[in-house]
Amino acid sequence: MARTASVQTKIGFTILAWAVALLLFSPILWTIVTAFKTEAEAIAAPPTFLPQTFTLENFADVQGRSDYIKHAWNSILVSVGSTLLGLVIAIPAAWSMAFAPTKRTKDILMWMLSTKMMPAVGVLIPIYLIFRDLRLLDTVHGLTLIMTLINLPIIIWMLYTYFKEIPVDILEAARMDGAELYDEIVHVLVPMAVPGIASTLLLNVILAWNEAFWTITLTSGRAGTLTAFISSFSSPQGLFLAKLSAASLLAIAPILLLGWFSQKQLVRGLTFGAVK
Amino acid sequence: MATRQTRTLARTMMAPAVILLFIWMIVPLVMTIWFSFQNYSLINPMMTGFAGWGNYAYVIGDPSFTQALVNTLLLVGGVLLITVIGGTFLALLLDQPIWGQGILRILVISPFFVMPPVAALIWKNGFMHPGYGMLGHLWKAFGLQPVDWFAQYPLFSVIVIVAWQWLPFATLILLTALQSLSEEQREAAEMDGAKAINRFRYIILPHMARAITIVILIQTIFLLGIFAEIRVTTGGGPGYASTNIAFLVFRTGILSNDIGAGSAGGVVAVIIANVVAIFLMRAVGKNLDA
Repeated sequence: MARTASVQTKIGFTILAWAVALLLFSPILWTIVTAFKTEAEAIAAPPTFLPQTFTLENFADVQGRSDYIKHAWNSILVSVGSTLLGLVIAIPAAWSMAFAPTKRTKDILMWMLSTKMMPAVGVLIPIYLIFRDLRLLDTVHGLTLIMTLINLPIIIWMLYTYFKEIPVDILEAARMDGAELYDEIVHVLVPMAVPGIASTLLLNVILAWNEAFWTITLTSGRAGTLTAFISSFSSPQGLFLAKLSAASLLAIAPILLLGWFSQKQLVRGLTFGAVK
Repeated sequence: MATRQTRTLARTMMAPAVILLFIWMIVPLVMTIWFSFQNYSLINPMMTGFAGWGNYAYVIGDPSFTQALVNTLLLVGGVLLITVIGGTFLALLLDQPIWGQGILRILVISPFFVMPPVAALIWKNGFMHPGYGMLGHLWKAFGLQPVDWFAQYPLFSVIVIVAWQWLPFATLILLTALQSLSEEQREAAEMDGAKAINRFRYIILPHMARAITIVILIQTIFLLGIFAEIRVTTGGGPGYASTNIAFLVFRTGILSNDIGAGSAGGVVAVIIANVVAIFLMRAVGKNLDA
């Protein structure tokens, strides 16, 4: 009796949950199917769900019109480059906070967090002018630098929470054995913290990939990332829904796949370790 | 025990990060404050000199500022309302014993990984377009006149898009918090015959309170700076109907090249964000000791 009731409840909840989840996912699903339709079919009324004539033409058109590959390459350079640069700066800092804390460590951590609260528009104009004068506007390295600075607090915080979980005794033992600091960090700490460092890397690549304020305001043609690429589709030119869908799919697919693997890290990283 | 040597070392190791962030934070901010008191326009180079509070009076006195401020509050408040209530509901639902939990989680979390301009454009064209958007088809199927969402309800449309992006975040955080509630506690309450509604009210909700606070605070930080969604959909319009403070600064400073007034707007944005930040810092700071 109780068992049948619970199976019925389970069926009910399952149906409800799937309905809600599909509803939330529907814009993405719709984009995926539309990307493979012809332009005429994409705006047909009543709409078709699966493409009646399956075509890859949209992808070729998008590449021809806006050069997807160049923008994707810029996105990769900026997101991976800024994350690696961030890690190089952050690992020593997080080491010192986790294993050699002083009275001020907590204040410094909180202060770093506070830099993240600064609204980008508050510093947009000076950064724009500095970049203009230093000829950094619309360059990949300029954008990489900004992205490193934006994500540095999150990188340090995430590494700090991961390093805290590593017993200090192991590092001390290595030190007793006469390991230099460099060896202690590179050969003892980093190998033990690989899962944490990998999570940090993944989350920050995702955040940098999707960053859409600085990438749009500081680039135009040359150093444009995928966020700038997709923004060029904001003013419609003729029939373009299928092309827009193809472009959207190309822009989000890589990170969607990465994101699915990093749900757990996302929680820790975005709440600064407050929810694990 | 930290010796003096390791302490010096610790400082050296921290120095690059601290110095970089210090420069990143202080230099542009000081410049913004400096510009905000100057007559400085890229279009009109004759306009120079100290402006006093002139830029502030100009920005704050303009009706567009009041509207942008109201829009910012509506945008942040509307999205928070939808995501916190919806997120709580979804987290409770996904926490039930259901089939396909893993896939469901992936479906629900996906919108968060969609970059803002893509999210905005697929909603604008695939869903909200009166001619060929899904919602248009749906309206027609019921014999209704399709709605031109961005012309008639520009701010509401932006709120829907942003809420869609952030609902997964709220759900994920709240679900994580929910799953840390011990099974024993819940079973004990169930054994005692507590009704579902009371279990939610007295056990689950208090347990989730901290996570909800964190969701609200972190989202507020991000939502205050919403930019790309407005840029690619309405461009802030019609008029200023969907311009928030962040977009107003961009419009004034970069599009209209009025550096002085744009900077004054930027300083106002910083002040608003700081008020929120103080609360967030307290919430996160408390957790550091725990």
